[in-house]
Amino acid sequence: MPKPMEEYRVEDLNPGCVIDEPGNAVVYHTGNWKSQRPVWNEQKCIKCGVCWNFCPDNAIMRKEGGYFVADYEYCKGCGICAHECITQCITMVEEVV
Amino acid sequence: MIDKYAVFVPNLTNRAENFTSGHRACQGCAEALAVRHVLKALGHDIVISNATGCMEIVSSPLPLTAWNVPWIHVTFENAGAVASGVAAGLKVLMRKGKIPEKRIVSVGMGGDGATTDIGLQALSGALERMHKDFLYVCFDNEAYMNTGIQRSSSTPYGAATTTSPAGKDSIGQHTWKKNMAAIAVAHDIPYVATACSSYPFDLQAKVIKAVESGGPAYLHVLSVCPTGWRIPSHLAIKYGRLAVETGVFPLYEVQDGKYRMTADIPKLRPVRDYLSGQGRFRHLTDTDIDIIQKRVTKEYDKLISLHKSNNG
Amino acid sequence: MGKRIGMEVSLMVSEAVKLADVDVIAAYPITPQTHIVEHLSELVADGHLNAEYICVESEHSAMSACAGSSAAGARTYTATSSQGLQLMSELLYVVSAMRMPIVMTVVNRTLSAPLSIWNDQSDIMANRDCGWIMIFAENGQESFDQTLCAFRIAEDRRVLLPVAVNMDGFILSHVIEPYQTVEEEIVEKFLPPFDPLYTLHPDRPVTMGAFAMPELFAETKMAHEIAIRDSYAVIREVWDHWGELTGRRYEPVEEYMTEGADTVFVTIGSYGELGMDVVDRLRAAGKKVGLVKIRLFRPFPYRDILNSLTKFENLLIVDRALSVGGVGGPLASEIKTALYRLEKRPNVFSFIAGLSGRDVPPEKFIEMYEEAMEGLKKNQWDEFTMVGVRQ
Ligand SMILES: Cc1ncc(C[n+]2csc(CCOP(=O)(O)OP(=O)(O)O)c2C)c(N)n1
Ligand code: SF4
Ligand SMILES: [Mg+2]
Repeated sequence: MPKPMEEYRVEDLNPGCVIDEPGNAVVYHTGNWKSQRPVWNEQKCIKCGVCWNFCPDNAIMRKEGGYFVADYEYCKGCGICAHECITQCITMVEEVV
Repeated sequence: MIDKYAVFVPNLTNRAENFTSGHRACQGCAEALAVRHVLKALGHDIVISNATGCMEIVSSPLPLTAWNVPWIHVTFENAGAVASGVAAGLKVLMRKGKIPEKRIVSVGMGGDGATTDIGLQALSGALERMHKDFLYVCFDNEAYMNTGIQRSSSTPYGAATTTSPAGKDSIGQHTWKKNMAAIAVAHDIPYVATACSSYPFDLQAKVIKAVESGGPAYLHVLSVCPTGWRIPSHLAIKYGRLAVETGVFPLYEVQDGKYRMTADIPKLRPVRDYLSGQGRFRHLTDTDIDIIQKRVTKEYDKLISLHKSNNG
Repeated sequence: MGKRIGMEVSLMVSEAVKLADVDVIAAYPITPQTHIVEHLSELVADGHLNAEYICVESEHSAMSACAGSSAAGARTYTATSSQGLQLMSELLYVVSAMRMPIVMTVVNRTLSAPLSIWNDQSDIMANRDCGWIMIFAENGQESFDQTLCAFRIAEDRRVLLPVAVNMDGFILSHVIEPYQTVEEEIVEKFLPPFDPLYTLHPDRPVTMGAFAMPELFAETKMAHEIAIRDSYAVIREVWDHWGELTGRRYEPVEEYMTEGADTVFVTIGSYGELGMDVVDRLRAAGKKVGLVKIRLFRPFPYRDILNSLTKFENLLIVDRALSVGGVGGPLASEIKTALYRLEKRPNVFSFIAGLSGRDVPPEKFIEMYEEAMEGLKKNQWDEFTMVGVRQ
């Protein structure tokens, strides 16, 4: 688990600053960038996964039962899923903090 | 394309996400989306050499990395050469029995600046040397986005960027987009293709073909950048589709020198559909759009006739 | 012991690279480096060296390809000169900070403009802060020896830094000299196979070349600085081991005829041989003159330099490069810096001689000596002197 940048000391760095924990960027949550969040209407959803396929942030997961849901820890709120959904079952709602 | 969605999409594609969440690409960045799909198609046994640019910056702020595959960044203009070194290194280590024999694809990647401008020479050298198991992917968002939307030789005619601003005496970018795929084809390599972030299945299929060709192979991927194109983030997929449907960015592949159109477009839409709504083109007049329309039609027809003559 | 034979120095270097059994060579031709890479191409073509030789399209790509192959875990070599080194310059800083143990021969040549193919050390001196270990060879034998030592130093887990072995263009590269070869068994004992710490391989994915924010950047630089400082001990250890195996011993700083000397020439590179000849002559004429040769330039061997140079009253430092608009010769200015904190400092005379291969016969060294003695008498001399320049 990487520490915050400002806590790193010289001795903590690998030679050449190599990062040997693949994919550790997941600790960085981009979810707080969003000003709106996608919400699914499961009545209309045909479980096709178009939303999942077009998400630039891998922030859409498949739930049990085959419906999709955003991983709000990462979802940046771009709105691509809502725009691309074939049945238009996703709406972007304002993020309330 | 749409018929694919009649079935469950995640089943059609590798579910591993080797470009992880937590990367810092802008909202709606279809360049990140393109990277995601290229990685899905490539699978596990690759080494990536990434040029400086958006994808490098958004993915690797020390001590974090969004990469689940071996990845190296050295400088802006040398991804082709670094990937050559990786390919040569792996090859000789296997030949000398120092690492086990296994097919590992050396993948160079960079933006349009890294590919069509400053890194063109290094890439040309790499393609000319005919490295095996070698693929280069250009993620073309049509400007130097990472440094603040400056023009590149891949910026389309008429687009306003921060170094080709539109003004009283300027239409914005006043040169035509460099035909990088044709330059790659001129190296006589086994596989060249264009692809687009709005067509992930086509993109993945081409990645797989590129790898199967043995290499070197070159992919030129139009990657929609809402920030630089000045469009709302949710329209990133739509504009990529419009680029293809208007013929502005035709999808094709060139296998052993033979051209083949890969998107089925019975009738091109007018370029106006694509240009309007993009902030970078908002200053264009009807006359400007006419000029662009003529050029697009001419270039598209050239491709169609190549396609026809190559496919009997 | 290996055979003693005559050979062009460039070919000796290629033979050393072959003995090191390198995996990848990526190089671009430039005079006076060409004979090295031509010979290596032949060795590969004839099956005497099992390596990938990448014919890159520029030196920038040469060093970039070296970065890729070194990162993949391959023992990697290149060679260049002058403009080629300048074209690589961007990468030099990157591969050292990324701790890639690449070995490079720099066949020193001046920099344009005007274009000139001849020797001086402007090329490496322009890149002296690039974070590489830098060694200067004095003669052919040493060029050979240091090339083999370079691989061992670079790849040592305690070091993991690139090494540049400098040799003066033409003066060394193109002359035939006698040298003692080294048997393969000795090389095997001396140079273990490259065992990299991290490699680019899907079995253990790593990320190399991440960028750093200001919060972290200074720590990365300090780590590099500590690594190159600490390499000093390993360099000495490697040279000692080489000495045990071959009888040829090397020190970071070496003295010649300094017993009782009040004045010494300080040289780097092939001036060492000339310097010895000059000192012999001056000694014969009853002058208390000696010679100090700098072999290791990075890490800069402060302690050895101070231990040696503080014994003398006058230092005549001979550079083969000019820091234009700066303070004269780069070697002289660094030595002056090293002396700064001493209470009693020797007098420093900085000479710049032999730019672009201008012949420097022993008489020129004697003139430098006389000029310095003259200056001492008047207690006045220039910050530096361009030897033999017509004005
Ligand atoms: C030698 C050098 N020149 C300039 C730069 C500054 N620079 C870094 S990334 C970049 C633009 C990248 O553009 P592109 O390759 O199109 O990638 P994008 O960010 O658009 O994805 C520039 C100009 C640099 N890093 N190195
Ligand atoms: S500037 Fe464009 S390409 Fe770069 S991260 Fe943002 S959307 Fe993606
Ligand atoms: Mg770009």
